[in-house]
Amino acid sequence: MVEVNLWSGLRPFADGHDRVEVEARTVGEMLTRLQEAYPGLTPAIEAGVSVAVDGKIIASSLTEPIYPDSEIYLLQRLRGG
Amino acid sequence: MAYDDVKTGEFKVVGTRPNRPDGIDKVTGRAKFGADATAPGMLHAAILRSPHAHARIVKIDTSKAEALKGVKAVVTRADFATGLTGENWNILENVMAGDTALYDGHAVAAVAATSALIARDAMKLIKVDYEVLPHVTDVDKAMAADAPILREGAADKSVPAGLHPNVVRYHESGHGDVAAGFAAADLVIEDSFRTEATHQGYIEPHACLAQMGGDGKGEIWCCTQGHFNVQKVCAALVGTETSQLRVTASEIGGGFGGKTAVFIEPVALALARKANRPVKLVMNRADVFRASGPTSSTSMDIKIGMTKDGKITAAQGVFRLQGGAFPGAPMEFTAMCAFAPYALENVHQVGYDVMSNRPKQAAYRAPGSPMAAFAVESVIDELCNELGLDPIDVRLKNASKQGTKASFGPTWDRIGLVETLEAAKAHPHYAAPLKKGQGRGISCGFWFNHGGETAVSLALSEDGTVAISVGTPDIGGSRASMGQMAAEELGIPYENIRTTIADTATLGYNEISHGSRVTYASGLATIKAARDAKKKLCARAAAKWGIDADAVSWVDGCAVPSGPNAGDFDPMPLEKITKSMGRTGGPIVGHYEATPEGAGVSFATHIVDAEVDPETGSTKVVRYTVVQDAGKAIHPTYVEGQFQGGAAQGIGWALNEEYIYGEDGRLQNAGFLDYRIPVASDLPMIDTVIVEVPNPGHPYGVRGVGETSICPPLAAIANAVSAAAGVRLHELPMSPPRILAALDAQADG
Repeated sequence: MVEVNLWSGLRPFADGHDRVEVEARTVGEMLTRLQEAYPGLTPAIEAGVSVAVDGKIIASSLTEPIYPDSEIYLLQRLRGG
Repeated sequence: MAYDDVKTGEFKVVGTRPNRPDGIDKVTGRAKFGADATAPGMLHAAILRSPHAHARIVKIDTSKAEALKGVKAVVTRADFATGLTGENWNILENVMAGDTALYDGHAVAAVAATSALIARDAMKLIKVDYEVLPHVTDVDKAMAADAPILREGAADKSVPAGLHPNVVRYHESGHGDVAAGFAAADLVIEDSFRTEATHQGYIEPHACLAQMGGDGKGEIWCCTQGHFNVQKVCAALVGTETSQLRVTASEIGGGFGGKTAVFIEPVALALARKANRPVKLVMNRADVFRASGPTSSTSMDIKIGMTKDGKITAAQGVFRLQGGAFPGAPMEFTAMCAFAPYALENVHQVGYDVMSNRPKQAAYRAPGSPMAAFAVESVIDELCNELGLDPIDVRLKNASKQGTKASFGPTWDRIGLVETLEAAKAHPHYAAPLKKGQGRGISCGFWFNHGGETAVSLALSEDGTVAISVGTPDIGGSRASMGQMAAEELGIPYENIRTTIADTATLGYNEISHGSRVTYASGLATIKAARDAKKKLCARAAAKWGIDADAVSWVDGCAVPSGPNAGDFDPMPLEKITKSMGRTGGPIVGHYEATPEGAGVSFATHIVDAEVDPETGSTKVVRYTVVQDAGKAIHPTYVEGQFQGGAAQGIGWALNEEYIYGEDGRLQNAGFLDYRIPVASDLPMIDTVIVEVPNPGHPYGVRGVGETSICPPLAAIANAVSAAAGVRLHELPMSPPRILAALDAQADG
């Protein structure tokens, strides 16, 4: 299991939690499991999210590995000018 | 990144300052920009725009325009794809209005004719019946209960119940207990700030040439920061397949984020398809202001608590951004960047994305971050003043560093904020005496930076020279940087390499040149493509020598045996291998395609001295120093240029630039006479200090530098102006009337 930290605005869609656990080995799996466990998160995830894994910000890739002790934060998708 | 990927030892080419490869083209006028494209039989186009801030389009009669001699096509919304959803629908709605004009300047029809003059005359013959609707252009008023609604149902599910329908997205993040943090503070300051929308101010207006025949195959030449994105969006908006459209990026006369968006290319393409002739479309300056993206305007509330010795105990911010008539104001970045420079136990930030009757906002260097820094760093300055603390010492005391927790959650990897603060403190500028009437301001700033989809090809020629094809338009000197990184890897002279921005048919998809990503991501891909080519070169030498490819290394531009056991062979130079490559296995080309995900974040610290004339309210920036972490500066002159450019644009944003709307909702200053960007005589020489804290996610340690430089200026200048004027400025721009009003208010008590 990995622990995923959600930004506070997502709490209403995850039964009031801002930290949830899912079984996953990659960023893509983690996002899929999150949507299965909390379907209310789907619009936000489909609108685009980035993920911080152990301090490294993954802007869009789904294949980046994650580990049971990884620190994971969901962030709104990054873009720039 | 694997340890073996990271270069160790001394650089030979990286870090030097070779001549820019586009220099002669640009000073002689040979460089081809967007408006330079021509084609046989080319038509000229013009776009009719709404004079109203908000109006229902009752009817459009194009018959008289179509009857005018020389007119070959007229398009309205009916000539574009239907059934689009999501962002494609938003872009189409912005490119060509549907049933409602949503802002002054919103496109409602377009004409292609045999001359630009006829196109403009025809435009005047198009009759549009409008039903004028109530409008709103101010962010706070757009959130008020009585504000006119731009579009029902535009809000996504993030928006809490009870907010006005113009609030379309919501962000909330943070950690700790801010109430307890404020209770533990010796001083709490709460203040509100506003910034006006500013334009990126690129000197080259949007321009394109499009053609599309009856076979459904099309081509576009345009000035853009992302021609692969132009291809994708245009294909969707005119309803064709992406691969049937080839897009070539011209030289670019500035973008700064504003050319990440698509405005005119789909219109030119629709006209070209209808006329079956090439169509050229060039915006004039007024159109650029009225209908291409400025920044968001903002309204922000900040509260910060501090102990007497300068420790921040809690911080919270509310950030309201209007992004024009569509969702997308970058309020989540404003919120996440606001307190990023500080390691805080208790922090809370909220963002609102608000629609109003203004043009759709577009990115502008670190979208959302400069405004946040203005508000937060102003309050930190107020706290330092009240508590009698040194502003750099306070920032050092609270600075984010490796292992501390970011205000938006994650634990920081290796970052260089402390190094920029220490370098700023040690800089002679910080200790220099000020004259009467002058004030000094400090600010930090933060930006994420980005990686993104990237493909690079590196082809070797028979004579040993190298052609690099990249898919990211060169908006800041990247052709030079790519050449340097390839030269470093291959061990050949920089002059032997030419880098070209390839069209969409040549490479795999490349994300837009945005997010300060090009030197990082295309640079990483160039290094990997060069390493791929080196591997192939070594294999050719190994075959010639009759040894294993693994027994050959690449050293200083030559294949050499890896060690004494590999055999005794003279080094084989690159040009000797390429000379016979056609007969030893065929062309040698290095490739790399990936989505690099190790873009290192970047911090900066700026020092500004400003002088305020209390009689006129005018401000002069008399000294400016930028200190920023570049990770590794590939071409230091370009890096310094990015630092200086960000500071110069920040000076304009802070002091003069603003969108001014009349009561009628029309833009009052759509030209450079009334929208005042800084000119050379307004600016001091901007000093720069390059800090290099390597990014572990790049083989050479590169961090993007193009955006962070515009994060601190608004705040640093505001702090300097407030110190010089003796009164806190809360609203940008700090134009002479605003400064005089602040001085008058202070005098009135």
